Amino acid sequence: MFSNRYIFIYATVLVIVSAAILTLASVGLKPYQDKNIRVEKMQQLLGAVGIQSTPKDAEELFQKYFVEQHAVNAKGEVVASIVNGKQTTGSISPFGLDTKKQLVLYKANDASASLPLYICVKDGKKSYVVPVMGNGLWGPIWGNLAFSEDLNTIVGVNFDHKGETPGLGAEIALPDFQNQFKGKQIFDNDNFTSIKVMKRADKNNPHQVDAVSGGTITSNGVSEMLKNCLQFYIPYFNSLKK
Amino acid sequence: MAGFNFKLIKNPLSKENPITVQVLGICSSLAVTAKLQPAVVMAISVTVVVAFSNLIISYLRNTIPPRIRIIVQLVIVSLLVILVDQVLKAFVYDVSKQLSVFVGLIITNCIVMGRLEAFAMSNKPFDSFLDGIGNGLGYAVILITLGVIRELFGSGSLWGYQIIPDSFYEMGYQNNSLMIMPPMALILVGIIIWVHRARNKDLCEK
Repeated sequence: MFSNRYIFIYATVLVIVSAAILTLASVGLKPYQDKNIRVEKMQQLLGAVGIQSTPKDAEELFQKYFVEQHAVNAKGEVVASIVNGKQTTGSISPFGLDTKKQLVLYKANDASASLPLYICVKDGKKSYVVPVMGNGLWGPIWGNLAFSEDLNTIVGVNFDHKGETPGLGAEIALPDFQNQFKGKQIFDNDNFTSIKVMKRADKNNPHQVDAVSGGTITSNGVSEMLKNCLQFYIPYFNSLKK
Repeated sequence: MAGFNFKLIKNPLSKENPITVQVLGICSSLAVTAKLQPAVVMAISVTVVVAFSNLIISYLRNTIPPRIRIIVQLVIVSLLVILVDQVLKAFVYDVSKQLSVFVGLIITNCIVMGRLEAFAMSNKPFDSFLDGIGNGLGYAVILITLGVIRELFGSGSLWGYQIIPDSFYEMGYQNNSLMIMPPMALILVGIIIWVHRARNKDLCEK
């Protein structure tokens, strides 16, 4: 028979050894995992401006097209910029900003909240790309919006989700839904109106997009996400227009 | 140490198949087989986890206090599962995203605990390792069969490449969307069990 003492020592040693192995694996594999997350983020940004990429060429394409990266705060000031790969203002990397954390700060009226804004130049045309993040039915949804030079008209979007219902809410990640956003506008005579995802949307109304049938809560989530996140950028957009 | 016992690999492929005969691991075989690629990755992951947890537990079997043996088994299995998950995240990121929770759920996959209790706790390490490989492959055979059928008829492709030509679709052919839903996987497993038993009469219950 095994004594209690033996059982305690056995369990302790087993757990410590396992923990040590896991720590080693986690530390050793972290760089590879971080790279995958970086590349995925780049692919999604590229997707918003309509550039197809693979995990292999995403980094290269991103450097080529996304020539400027800025971090802006809720007052519309630029706190950090990287232009053509060189840090010109501030010290933080706009790309490395965690959208979720910054939005929490923004909601708490923390003045230090800042979000990234990318300037992409493709075929001589400039577009502004901003990330958005919100809640769907089952979990987070997020995406990127690309605006044309007037900072009003959308030239492309892409959305993704953690686990919306396949065939219903998950449709927001498909081109059929996303293509509707092209040409829509977020300002109505200089007033911020955002874009509403709704039932029986009027195709000719520049502020409305048809919702996903059966995915009402996810669709409402997209509307909320656009309103809340774009709100943040409005002061900056207004300062650019002047 | 015993020699290479080939039966340990061969038997789980058919006569002692973990899914169709032991009826273990049904849940994951329904969940991850809508496409071929995740099915193959899942099959490899489970094989690795079963084989190595069998090996480790078998080495430790005489030192494990019976009163805490299930906990010890769980610690070893979860250790391996987390390692597999980390490796997938590092090297096949898109597949790991598709498998998401299912890799974590290998811990609760009945095949793993079932083989540990039934085999590794009372057999030598090398035999246990082979038993793990065998059962993993038995699981793989069913998963890949389901994956091929479901992806071919449900999405018209294999491994993401389109197989059914566009001309078929133009003539009115449609992908069967029931194929990509879990109930169809259950029906297919049922059909496989039926065919398997019809050909192996000794498996039928009296």
